[in-house]
Amino acid sequence: MNKAGWIFKMAFRDFKQNKAKLFLFVSSIVIGIAALVAISSFGDNLVKDIDSQAKELLGADLVLENNKPIGDQDLDSIAIDRASEVNFASMVAFPKSGESRLVQVRALEGAFPFYGKLVTAPESADELFRKGGKVALVEELLMNQYSIQVGDEVKVGDLIFEVVGALQEAPGQTGITATVAPVVYIPKSFAEETGLIQYGSRLEYMEYYKFAPEVNVETLIEPYKELWETEHIDEDTVEERKDRTGRSFANMSDFLSLVAFVALLLGCVGVASAVNVFVKEKLPSVAVLRCLGVSSRDTFLIYLTQIVAMGMLGSLAGAILGTLVQYVLPQVFGEFLPVEVTVGISWSAVGFGVLTGVLVSVLFALLPLMKIRKVPPMMTLRPSSDSLSLAQDPMRWAVLGLIAVFVLIFSWVLLGGWKEAAGFSAFVAGAFGMLWFVGTGIMWSIRRFLPLTLRYPIRQALANLYRPNNQTISLIATIGLGTAMISTLFFVQNQLLDQVRFADKEDQPNMLFFDIQTSQVTEVRKAVENEGLPIMQEVPIVTMRLEEINGVDKSENDDLSDEVRKSRGLYNREFRVTYRDSLISSESLVEGQLHTYQNDGDSILVSVDQGYADRTGIEMGDKILFNVQGRPLTTYVGSFREVNFQKVSTNFLVLFPENVLEKAPKFHVIITKTETDQQAADVQNRIVKDFPNISVINLGMIVDTLEDILGKISFVIQFMALFSILTGVLVLVSSLIISKYQRMRESILLRTLGAGSGTVSLINTLEYFFLGSLASLSGILLSFIATAMLSVFVFDFPLKWAFGHAAIIYLAITGLTVLLGWLNGRGVLNKPPMRILRSTS
Amino acid sequence: MTVLKVDKVSKTYQSGSRQLTVLDDINFSVAAGQSLAIVGPSGSGKTTLLGLCAGLDHVSAGSVQLAGHKLESLNEDQRAEVRSQEIGFIFQNFQLLPTLTALENVMVPMELKGQKDAMKVARELLAKVGLEDRLTHYPSQLSGGEQQRVSIARAFANKPKILFADEPTGNLDTDTGEMIERLIFDLNRQENTTLIMVTHDLELAAKTDRIVHMRGGKLVSDSNE
Repeated sequence: MNKAGWIFKMAFRDFKQNKAKLFLFVSSIVIGIAALVAISSFGDNLVKDIDSQAKELLGADLVLENNKPIGDQDLDSIAIDRASEVNFASMVAFPKSGESRLVQVRALEGAFPFYGKLVTAPESADELFRKGGKVALVEELLMNQYSIQVGDEVKVGDLIFEVVGALQEAPGQTGITATVAPVVYIPKSFAEETGLIQYGSRLEYMEYYKFAPEVNVETLIEPYKELWETEHIDEDTVEERKDRTGRSFANMSDFLSLVAFVALLLGCVGVASAVNVFVKEKLPSVAVLRCLGVSSRDTFLIYLTQIVAMGMLGSLAGAILGTLVQYVLPQVFGEFLPVEVTVGISWSAVGFGVLTGVLVSVLFALLPLMKIRKVPPMMTLRPSSDSLSLAQDPMRWAVLGLIAVFVLIFSWVLLGGWKEAAGFSAFVAGAFGMLWFVGTGIMWSIRRFLPLTLRYPIRQALANLYRPNNQTISLIATIGLGTAMISTLFFVQNQLLDQVRFADKEDQPNMLFFDIQTSQVTEVRKAVENEGLPIMQEVPIVTMRLEEINGVDKSENDDLSDEVRKSRGLYNREFRVTYRDSLISSESLVEGQLHTYQNDGDSILVSVDQGYADRTGIEMGDKILFNVQGRPLTTYVGSFREVNFQKVSTNFLVLFPENVLEKAPKFHVIITKTETDQQAADVQNRIVKDFPNISVINLGMIVDTLEDILGKISFVIQFMALFSILTGVLVLVSSLIISKYQRMRESILLRTLGAGSGTVSLINTLEYFFLGSLASLSGILLSFIATAMLSVFVFDFPLKWAFGHAAIIYLAITGLTVLLGWLNGRGVLNKPPMRILRSTS
Repeated sequence: MTVLKVDKVSKTYQSGSRQLTVLDDINFSVAAGQSLAIVGPSGSGKTTLLGLCAGLDHVSAGSVQLAGHKLESLNEDQRAEVRSQEIGFIFQNFQLLPTLTALENVMVPMELKGQKDAMKVARELLAKVGLEDRLTHYPSQLSGGEQQRVSIARAFANKPKILFADEPTGNLDTDTGEMIERLIFDLNRQENTTLIMVTHDLELAAKTDRIVHMRGGKLVSDSNE
C-alpha cells in the first residue's frame, strides 16, 4: 500500500471512532457557512431577477428627467408609445378625517408603465385611473395609516380627487421608498389646476418612451447626450437602471456577506478551540504512532485528513441549511427589493460556501493541529516529556499569517478595496483581541482577587472556569462578539432615535413650513401666530445654478485632469440659497468671515459649508459665477461655515450677504415650535387647508419615519446577527458536550466527598452563570466602546449610555447560557456514581 | 554479533539555570538474540536509557548504535524509519491506539513497512497470544491482560531485531503478569529477537540472560562483566 493510501486508511480508522466528536467540533462553522451561502445564493438570484425584470424596474425603455418641462425631442417620432409625468413633494389632506401628510404627488399622463404595471387594490383601479376624471391612486401604506377607503377623497392643492384604489406596486418602488415618500398618483391634466406648479416647487418632469423591440436604445440616444447634459436633462435607460440597481444590491449582498463571514470566523474560533481539546486527547496516540515509526509528517496528515473531511461535511451541512434559509430571505429583505425575487439553488454560492468552509476550518484547526508535529515518541514512556509549547514554532506563526491573509483577501473580494479590506480585517482582529484581552483580564482578576471568604460553591464555580479544556476564553470571544453585534445595533439605533426625539427640547424649533410664496408670507405668519406659536425663523430662498468656477465652465471642467477637476455635481445641482449677514445657531464660522454687501460694485462674498467645499473642491477665494433665474452673478468664496444639518432648521450650502438677492424671485420657509403632538397636527391641518401649496414637516413625522426605516433596517441586521448568536450557542453546546464527562467526574468526586446534589447543582449553575456573565459583559463592554466611537466619530452625537438595554441583553445571554448548561448537565446528577464511572472508563 | 552498542552516553536536561544530569557516561553493548534487563530504583535513569537506546530521544553526549544505525546522526524521521524496520515496543500501560480494533492495532507496523499480508499475519499473531476471537474489539472493550497481549502481538508484527519492553507486567495482576512474561519470552525465543527490558521486578529480571543495575544515572553493575 502506498503512503497516501495508508494515511487515508489510518485517518478513516481513527475517524470511525471520532466521527460524532469531530462533527461536533466542526458544527460551529455550519451556521456561518449557512449564512454565507444563503446571502450569496440570494445575491445570485437577485442579480438574475434584476436582469430578467430590468424593463419592469424602469417601466419604459427610456426616461428623460428635468426640473422644467422637457420640450419636443427628436425621439418623440421614433417612440411607439410615450407617457409624461410631473412629480413634486406636497401636502395632501384627507377631508374625511381632516388630517394631512407630506407625500410625493405624481401627475401622470399616458400608459406608463409600458413594462410591468401599477399593482392596485382593487385590481380594476388602474383602469379606472386611466379613464380620466378627478381620481387618484394612493399608496396602500398611506391609506392604512390614515384609514382611507376606496371612494374617500384626497385633497391635492386646490383640487379634491376620489381615491379609486390603493397603490401596491409601481416600477422601482420598494417598501422603503413608500415609507420615506408615499406616492399619490393623479392625472396630469389636473396638475396645473391643483395650484401646486409654482415658483419654488421642486418639480420633476419625466418623459417616458417605449421603442420598438429592435431599437437599440443606447445607440439611439448617444447623439443626444451632450445636448441633454447642457440642458440638465438626465436620461435613464433599462441598462443604466439595471446596472445601478445591480450595483447597489451587490453592495448590500457584499455587506451582509461580511456579517455572515464574522459569524463564520466566530465558528472557526470554536473549531480551533474544540480541535485543541481533541489534539490534547490524541497526544498519547500520536506518541505511540511515532514510536511505531510513523513520521511526524504522516502522523500530522492522518489527523489533518480527518479535519478536512469534517470541514467538508460541516460546510456541506451549512450549504444545505443556507440554501433552505434562502427561502425566508425575500420576507426579510422584502422592504428593500424593487423586483420579485425567485429562490433556488445557486451552485456557485454552494461551491463558494463549501470551499470557504473547508479552507477556514482547516486553517483554524491547523493552529492546534500543529502540536501533533512536535509530539516526541518519548511521551509513550513519560507523558510529560518535552514541552509542546507552540509559541516558538515558526509554522504556527505562518498559519496565523495565512489566516490574516485569508481574512484580508476574503474581505477584499467583498469590499473591493484594499483600504476597506484592511480596515475590516483590523476591526475583526481588534474585536477578537479586545474580547480576548477583556476575557483574560477578568479571569486573571478573579483568580488574583478571589477572596477565600467567599462561599465554597461560588469559589468552586469560579475555579471551574480554569478547568483544563474548558474553552472559557473562546466562549467569551464567540458569545461576546455575537452579543457585541446585537447590542451595538440596539444602542446605535436608540441613540439615533433619541437624538431626533431630544431635538424637541427647550427652545429648539420642531415644525417647518416651506414652499411659501412671497405673497403668502404675511398671511401665513399671521395664521401661525394666531395659533399662539412663535415665528422662530422666516427664511427667503432663491434658486440658482452654478455656471463657472474661476472661469471654468462645465465642459472645460470635464476636460481637466483628476487632480484639478472640481466635482461635476457642482455644475449639475440646483442651489437653494438664502441671504443674511449673521449666523444662526446651527452654524459656526471655521474660516474667513461673513462679509456684508454695502454698495453697488462691491464684491459679493458668499459663505460655503465647509464639508461641501471639501467634497467638491471649492477653495477660499474661488470666483463663482451663479445663474440666478437667467441673470449672471459673480461671487467669491469669503468664508467657510460648519453647518449642523441634524437640527430642524433651514441649513444652506451657500449663504449670500443681504442686499444682493432681495429682488430675485424667491419662496419662503417659516419655522416654529409646537408644544404638543396634537397642537402640531392641528396647526398643520389648518395651514394645509388654507394654503394647500404649503408643505409642512414636523419632528413627530421625522421620528415616525426614522423609527419605521430603522426598524426595517435593524430587522435585517438583527436577522444577520442571529447567525452569530447561534454560532456562539453551537460553540457553547459543543464545549459543554466535550467537557461533559469531565464535569461528571468532578460531580461524582464532589458527591463522594459528601457534597449533596443541591450543592453540586448550585456549583454547575453558578459556573454557567459566571461564564454567561463574562461573555455577555465582555460583549456589552465592546459594544459600548463601538457605540462611543460611532457616536463621536461618525454621528457626532453626545454619548449616552444605554444601561437599561445593556441589562436586558446581559440577562438574556446569561439566562440562555445557564439554560443550555442546565440542559446539558441534567440527568448526570441523579445517576449513581458507579454507573457513571463505568460509562466513562 | 552486536545489535546495540551504547558508548559513553550522557543525557542532561536544563532545569531553569541548573543542568540536570540524568545519565552519566553509560557504556554497554548487547549481542543479537540476548535478553537484558535494566533494573534500578525510581529516578535512576532506566526509562531514559531505554528511550535513548530505542531512538525515542537524543543523547546529550556519546553514541548509540542500533542494528548498524548510528542514531545520533539521524534526524527524527530517519529514526522513525529505523524504529519501523528494526524495533518492537511493549509498554507498561499498553499504549494501544484507542480508535483502532485489536486487529488494526497489530496491522499498523506491517502496513508501515508496506507488507501485503498484514491482515493475515496480524490474525496469526493474535491467535498466538490467544485473542483470535477478539479481533474486532476496541482497546476499551478488552481487559488489561488482553490489551497487553495485543501490544505484544503488535510488538512482534514487524519481525523486530530488538524488542524494548518498559515494565511490561507493571500494570497487571500476578497471574496475568506471569502469563504475559511467558508469552514475551516464548515469542522472543521463537522469533530470535533481542530483548531489552526495564523492570522493577527482580524475579522477572532474573529470567533474562543479563541484568544491568542503574543508580543515580550511572550504570553500577552488569551481570555480564
